[in-house]
Amino acid sequence: MALEAINGVSRYHSKLDDLGEEMVIPEIGNLKNQYQLCTPDLPKSECQIGEFLIDETGRKIKLNYAHGTTTLGFKFNGGVVMAVDSRATSGQYIGSGNVKKIIEINPYLLGTMAGGAADCTYWERVLAKQCRIYELRNRERISVAAASKLLANMVYQYKGYGLSMGVMIAGWDKKGPGLYYVDNNGNRMPGNVFSVGSGSIYAYGVLDSGYRSDMSDTEAQELGRRAIYHATHRDAYSGGVVRVYHIKEDGWTKITEEDSKDLHYKYAEEKTKRSQ
Amino acid sequence: MVQKSDDDKMLALSKNLVMAVSGEAGDTTQFAEYIAKNIQLYKMRNGYELPPAAAVHFTRHTLATHLRSREPYFVNLLMGGVDPDTNKTELFYMDYLAASIPVKYYAFGYGGMFTLSVMDKEYTPDMNEKEAYELLKKCVAEIKRRFIINLPKFRVRIISKEGIKDMPHIVGEGEAA
Repeated sequence: MALEAINGVSRYHSKLDDLGEEMVIPEIGNLKNQYQLCTPDLPKSECQIGEFLIDETGRKIKLNYAHGTTTLGFKFNGGVVMAVDSRATSGQYIGSGNVKKIIEINPYLLGTMAGGAADCTYWERVLAKQCRIYELRNRERISVAAASKLLANMVYQYKGYGLSMGVMIAGWDKKGPGLYYVDNNGNRMPGNVFSVGSGSIYAYGVLDSGYRSDMSDTEAQELGRRAIYHATHRDAYSGGVVRVYHIKEDGWTKITEEDSKDLHYKYAEEKTKRSQ
Repeated sequence: MVQKSDDDKMLALSKNLVMAVSGEAGDTTQFAEYIAKNIQLYKMRNGYELPPAAAVHFTRHTLATHLRSREPYFVNLLMGGVDPDTNKTELFYMDYLAASIPVKYYAFGYGGMFTLSVMDKEYTPDMNEKEAYELLKKCVAEIKRRFIINLPKFRVRIISKEGIKDMPHIVGEGEAA
């Protein structure tokens, strides 16, 4: 007999048992149901995060999100190229220098992360589950259009509750390469070229001027890499490792992961050689 | 920032009924798709299509019901079409407060401020297709001339009793003022 029993302690005693049946524990648990996040019991219009959260002194709590990012994706004749940086910031502080901002949903689908890191990882994880369930139910892979719409509908349900995400969903399905942009406003649009995040303005500059649909694979990968590099150079909230992925008929492959510092000196050397 | 230069903001509700939607991002597509699918469902259930006035009534009712709920839709829309029975062409204005009136012409948003007067001056109910297209070109030219934001491309559709016809995009001509 254990010591606790000799002393009259019952092993699985819970405080909740004393409360009897009158207390009802609300069923809120996103582990059981991913869509059942606990939202404030207020009309949507009063739910913008940061506005209704007040600390003990009555000051508004300002939540810092990891907002700074550069991500890009584009379709061309050889498939889809996606490239991202890897810096995570909260305000002026660099939280991490090697975040994986490309989320591997399954061997044929990729998602990118921009906006709130937690929101993106969470909802793209839920999307990955839904895509797998679709595959098991229908004996075929989900299309990029359907996958992106699942995500768009999920985040639309929480519109106005403070989600922050701007993601690209890319992949290969029966229709060929697919690329969609989805954000927390409920926007969802297909397109050939997208860039998302604070560094996107710089990335677009390189991307738009260098984009052709008849690029070779290596040209396309280099264009994506260069666009991200130039964004990390100008945008203080982007940096770290430049990751490049390529999606073709047989799924995605990781092409390179290079430090933006190494790229900087490589490109600088190429520039001096050219001018000589 | 321009994220997409060829986004289609119109939705075909039936063979000769089109809805053009503007307003809060996300709400526009979700609301428009809900209305479109329900109007298609009506046809499947009853074997005939809702005429434009009835479709507008349904849309207005839906919008008005949501207006006083916790989650109102912030959408402004125009619904235009031809009644297949009476052959009458109809255009309806509807704003996010679910106010709905039949109109001859309308334009929502900032662009409307510049173009409504152009249409007030030039519009006649007996215009033919070509004259109507030319009027739209004048509107787009005015937007290019006076509006600080660059709206380069406009999609044009003609809805008649034969169906929905895509016209060439209108790209702003002339110079900014």
